[in-house]
Formats: sequence, structure tokens, C-alpha cells
Amino acid sequence: MDDRPLTADRKSPSTVRRPSSGYLKAILAIAWKDLASELRSRELLSAMLVFALLVILIFNFALELDVATRGAVTSGVLWVTFAFAGTLGLNRSMAIEKDRGCLDGLLLAPVDRSAIYFGKFLSNLAFMFIVEAIVLPVYSVLYNVNLFNPGLLLVILLGSVGYVAVGTLLSSMAVQTRTRDVLLPILLFPVAVPVLVAAVKASSGFLQGLAFAEIAPYVNQLIVYDVIFIAVAFMVFDYVVEE
Amino acid sequence: MIEVRKLIKRFGSKTVLRGLDFQAREGEFVALLGPNGAGKTTFLRILASLAQPTMGAIKVAGYSLPGQAAAVRRRLGVVSHLPLLYGDLTAEENLRFYGRMYDIPRPGARVDEMLEMVGLSARRRDLVRTFSRGMQQRLAIGRAILHDPDVLLFDEPHTGLDQDACDMLDHLLREVAARGRTVVMTSHDLARVEDLAGRFDVLSRGVISASASRSDLGGKNLLDFYRQALAG
Repeated sequence: MDDRPLTADRKSPSTVRRPSSGYLKAILAIAWKDLASELRSRELLSAMLVFALLVILIFNFALELDVATRGAVTSGVLWVTFAFAGTLGLNRSMAIEKDRGCLDGLLLAPVDRSAIYFGKFLSNLAFMFIVEAIVLPVYSVLYNVNLFNPGLLLVILLGSVGYVAVGTLLSSMAVQTRTRDVLLPILLFPVAVPVLVAAVKASSGFLQGLAFAEIAPYVNQLIVYDVIFIAVAFMVFDYVVEE
Repeated sequence: MIEVRKLIKRFGSKTVLRGLDFQAREGEFVALLGPNGAGKTTFLRILASLAQPTMGAIKVAGYSLPGQAAAVRRRLGVVSHLPLLYGDLTAEENLRFYGRMYDIPRPGARVDEMLEMVGLSARRRDLVRTFSRGMQQRLAIGRAILHDPDVLLFDEPHTGLDQDACDMLDHLLREVAARGRTVVMTSHDLARVEDLAGRFDVLSRGVISASASRSDLGGKNLLDFYRQALAG
């Protein structure tokens, strides 16, 4: 066996440091690529939308609620719909990369791998917002509840960020397994419970017209979870996608 | 250009690479041969920083793996049997996307150059999913050399290609290698690699069991050399 040492290391170029223009460019390139692909295929959005609308319809007929009770359950039904449709989108978004071998193409790029996470996070968030923007008016009509409340929209924004942040990380993990379709919800729902509970409570508070002081703890909880989930994903994504 | 010493790779209790030593000089074209399951793809994935070595020292283009993986990736192009391209993007959009991922200055001109080189300029605005397998593989070569890497890794690039597509791919591989790049290619097609490579390494039982340059082979058949290496 040859015991000679290898030649001396070259110094790593500064281009691999973060955050650099290359890092930001890679994040935007991945988000752009996902949106452009989706614009053509409509694979992901159509599945998410149809699923979300079906959930709303099923709840509408299954519950047969009076007006007062509808107001009370609105936030719960809404977040269950977002969570289910979001899971579908998160699963598909990473599966597309894995099935076509493109994940390797992304991993071969000379950028910090967290850029891949943030790129996918941005595109998944965009898909989630598009679905929410369509579901909200439909829900308003079906349930006769006015959902165009700035406070509620803020909660939807914060809740979606937290859900997609942890969902993008866990879908990257689940996609490596054979049982990815069933594994993602099993992994995601328990971890996302704090976000969903805070989002439901805060949404309900805004819809019932409670004072902001009463809702503030839930909004703060959402902000904290968003920061924690994004920070954790930033730190561990490299290990999650490593073979 | 590539130096590997005592590389060990284990998947759980299964040891795939058992103290493998390998070296490829600048501009050298090495064909890595071996039976299915010998660890050729695992070895290339480790060189590409897509998999972690269990033990061993690896240096690619002067940078260590896994410590300087991002620097290695900047100097590395990879073509596998999957083209690593997005079917719902056009040929041009795919290359522009990878150009941004590699932070290539003025990617437009480079993309034009690559499309011209791989003979797909006329199909630049067509979706990749409408391409034949051979065209996708040619575009994959354009993707792999877009950032002008020093080292190219080809993992069975001829898989699933018909005769004409294979010939066209060989022509491209020769062109790419002629520009002084170091190339490591795995293949089961001995007749093809015999014409392409300058050195032939046989990977068997987790180590390089035999190595010969084209001149070492002399008039000897590559198939005989390969069989002897596996038998030994």
C-alpha cells in the first residue's frame, strides 16, 4: 500500500463563502426554475388546488353548520386544508428533483447546499400562497365568512412560512426513502403542530374580532417558530441531503 | 489531478470500497471497468462529493474531499446515465439555469457556445422532454462542461443510447477530452472505451485490481486484459 501523503491542499476560493452574489443567484435560480417548470407542466399547482377545493367542499357538506358555528370552525377547517394541500405540494416538489436525478445536478453546484434549501423554500412558499389566494375567496363564498381581514392574512403569511420551512426540510429527508409519500405527513404533522395550533388560534382570534393583545402571544409564537425552523433547516440541510 | 489513497466506503455492514488507490494525471482519459456492483458508481459519486468516504484521502484538482467540496465541485463536471436536466424547461433554459448555479459571468454567450458544440442550437427553444435520449445526453455534456471544468466524470454515459447516438457521444467525448481535461469514465462497453481512453483500470472487490495504459496493452485485446484482471 502506498503511504506517501497527498500533495498540499490548494486554498479554497472565496466564491464558496456565503452570503455571496453566487449564493443569492443560486437561490433565485432554483426558485425561478421551479416556477417556470410549473408554469408549463401545472403538475403541482393543479393537484394542490383540486385537493384543497375538495377538502373545503367535503367539510362544507359534512359539517352542515349554522352561521354561528361556521365562524368558530373556520380557522380549523382552513388550516387543515392548507396543511393537507401543502403536504401534497411539498412531496411532489422534491419528488420531481429526485425522480429525474436533478437533485444530483443541484448538489453538484459549487454553492453552499443551504442555497438549495432556500430556493426550494421560496418556490414551495409561492405555490402555497397561490393555492391560498384561490382557496380564500372560494371558502368565503361557500361558508359565508369574510376572510379578507389584514390580521388573518398576516397569520396566513406567518403560518405558511413556518409550515413550508419545516416541510421543505422534511420532504428533502423523506424523498430519499422508498415510502416518501406516506413518510412526509408522518414526519411533518407532529413537528408542525406548534405552528398549526398557533395559526388556528390566531386566525380564530382575528375572525372573532378579539383585541390584538389577546392574539399577540399566538402571533409571537408563529414568528418564533418561523425563525427556529428556518435556522434549523439552514444548519442541517447539508446533512439531510448527504448520502 | 486526481489522487486517492486507501479509500474505504461502507454502507452499514457492507464494505464496497476496500482501501482503493487511484491516480489520474492532468489530461489523462481513464476508463474505469468492472462488473456490476464493483463500486464504480460509488467511487465516482465520492469523487463528485455526492457521497462521503468512510475513510481515506482524496484530492481532486488540488482540493481535498470532503473538506473543500465546494471548490472541487467548481472544477468538476459530471455526466451520468441520467441527464440531470429539467424536462419542462427548454435546452437553453436548462443551460442558463446551470449557468446561474455555477455563477458563470455572461452565461448567455457560454450557453450559445455549448449549444453549438453539442449540435442543439436549432432546438434551443424546445422543451427537453421532447428530446430523444441521445439529444438529452448531448445536452447533458453541454451542461457538464458549461463552467469549463478541469475534471470530467462520466458514469456509463452510453446507457440506453442507440448506435448512432453512441457514435455522436463518442465524438463529443473525444472533443471534450482533447481540450486537456482529465476524464474518468465508467463503462461496460469495452469496445467503445478501447478507442476512447488512454488508460484502463479494473475495479474489482473494492480495489483497483489491474491497470494498464494503451501502450501497456500493446496488441493485446482489452477483453483479455479485463478477464485476467477479474480472474486474478
